[in-house]
Amino acid sequence: MLTRESLLNWAMITALLIVPLAAWSLDEPFIITLATKAAILALAGVGLNIALGLGGMISLGHAAFFGIGGYAMGILAAHAQNYEPLFEWPFLFEGSNQMPLIWLVAVVFSALAALVIGVLSLRTSGVYFIMITLAFGQMLYYFAISWSAYGGEDGLSIWVRNEFPGLNTLDPIQFFAIAYVILCLALVFAARLARSPFGLALAAARQNEDRVEAVGLTPFTLRLTAFVISGAITGLAGALFADLNRFVSPTMLSWHTSGEIMIFVILGGVGRLYGPVAGAALYIMLEHLLGGVSDYWQIFLGLLLLLIVLFARGGLIGALVGREKAHG
Amino acid sequence: MADLVLRTDKLNKSFGALKASSDVTLDLRHGEIHALIGPNGAGKSTLIKQIAGNIRPDSGQVELLGRDVTGQDTVARARMGLGRTFQISALAMEYTVLQNAVLGALGGRGGPFRFFRNVMKDPGLLEPARDALERVGLADDANRRTADLSHGQRRQLEVAVALTLQPRLFLMDEPMAGLGAAGSKELTGFLDGLRQQAPILLVEHDMDAVFALADRISVLVYGQIIATGTADEIRANAEVRRAYLGEEEAA
Repeated sequence: MLTRESLLNWAMITALLIVPLAAWSLDEPFIITLATKAAILALAGVGLNIALGLGGMISLGHAAFFGIGGYAMGILAAHAQNYEPLFEWPFLFEGSNQMPLIWLVAVVFSALAALVIGVLSLRTSGVYFIMITLAFGQMLYYFAISWSAYGGEDGLSIWVRNEFPGLNTLDPIQFFAIAYVILCLALVFAARLARSPFGLALAAARQNEDRVEAVGLTPFTLRLTAFVISGAITGLAGALFADLNRFVSPTMLSWHTSGEIMIFVILGGVGRLYGPVAGAALYIMLEHLLGGVSDYWQIFLGLLLLLIVLFARGGLIGALVGREKAHG
Repeated sequence: MADLVLRTDKLNKSFGALKASSDVTLDLRHGEIHALIGPNGAGKSTLIKQIAGNIRPDSGQVELLGRDVTGQDTVARARMGLGRTFQISALAMEYTVLQNAVLGALGGRGGPFRFFRNVMKDPGLLEPARDALERVGLADDANRRTADLSHGQRRQLEVAVALTLQPRLFLMDEPMAGLGAAGSKELTGFLDGLRQQAPILLVEHDMDAVFALADRISVLVYGQIIATGTADEIRANAEVRRAYLGEEEAA
């Protein structure tokens, strides 16, 4: 049975496909790029939403994973384009311009970072958790600024977009297709996760920690696992985002980026599966439409965010379809 | 010793100058309901938390099923078979009644790290969950949101979730609180039969329920157990009357 929310979800994900296809037939590559950007940022939000929406972990440090994904792409591709070996032992490795390998490295390293950051920060909760995740994010940000081997403050430019077997990634619509398919896969994964035994226990730990402990489950390990999955997905988004721009810089690691990813989630609706899709799409539209009117378009974004937080706690999706039904 | 399901040995716990537990020694045997009573501030909650593993005693031991668990946390004790209900309902309020029961069954089965199967379609979890709801009389409310339940129904759900764990013993902190006469009587009847499945350490203010149910009663006053015995022995105990029951009569 289709609920109103799932109808809206289908409508959104279909629109995200139709708009760039229409732009492609009208030869409007810029619109395709905007849609690609929305899909990638939505993916970053899907990652954060697993920690924030499902697990109740208010991480203000997800830029760390987004940036690690970005630098995974930047470093591998920079070595490949300069024919400089990344390491020579135990085998010669000259970086890579192959997206699948880059994604793998991005996912593994952002998951590892999430594991370390999670182990240290999940011992706290509430405002302390927010502050510690923020601190870790900023640590990586300043590290990247001082890491002159990889561009320091200026970041790294990659001349040619990385390759995907069988596709021409320089063609905007083909690169969009990659981002879109990955987003859809992540949404399917997140949906199944939310309904799985793990999801049930994780969301229960958000609602009542005592209850979860009393049935013999450990909230810490549930949260840590979710945090690692969350970081890995956001890291994958970071690799794609860097490839979209063919550029990575410390900005991707800054707390401003963490805030933006959180804004996508809140705009769309915290804990709503498609919340990040709605949020990221709205954000990109506002940036595009209002950005043309005024450089200070984020004032309007702030106003909108204020209205949503005050009057529509379920975000955009909540405002359109009402309170989430507990599914039996 | 082997027939003791739970034993506390000289538990001591102080908060600053306040001695909340003072050489508390009590035990729970198979097939019995052991009630713990005492006036407000006697240290019942502190004792419950030491038994469940939320706080560590300053000295003394807690033994569960013959094993020293003093150093174990709440999760480990729950896994060993301690089924707990809380004084203030601790449930996942956004979930349906059935989801809360399934959560219990999941905890009882173990292995929550499964990421793909739909948990609400797992017969291995649904069966014990529905069974437990049936037993406490919540079968018809399975698909309601827990937040929409009445206070009394939440108490019933607490018991149902504890049941899904198939515990070796129950630790119930004021399950009758706020139930009203009819609900309290119903639950009394239910607990009466439950003791055959697993013994119950029952903290309760409802004296009718306590005297109707308990095989043994322990009286806690100022952190000390001043008497343990059958209902008749406790009624007849002069010290208890002075310290506790008399207070109620006077009130």
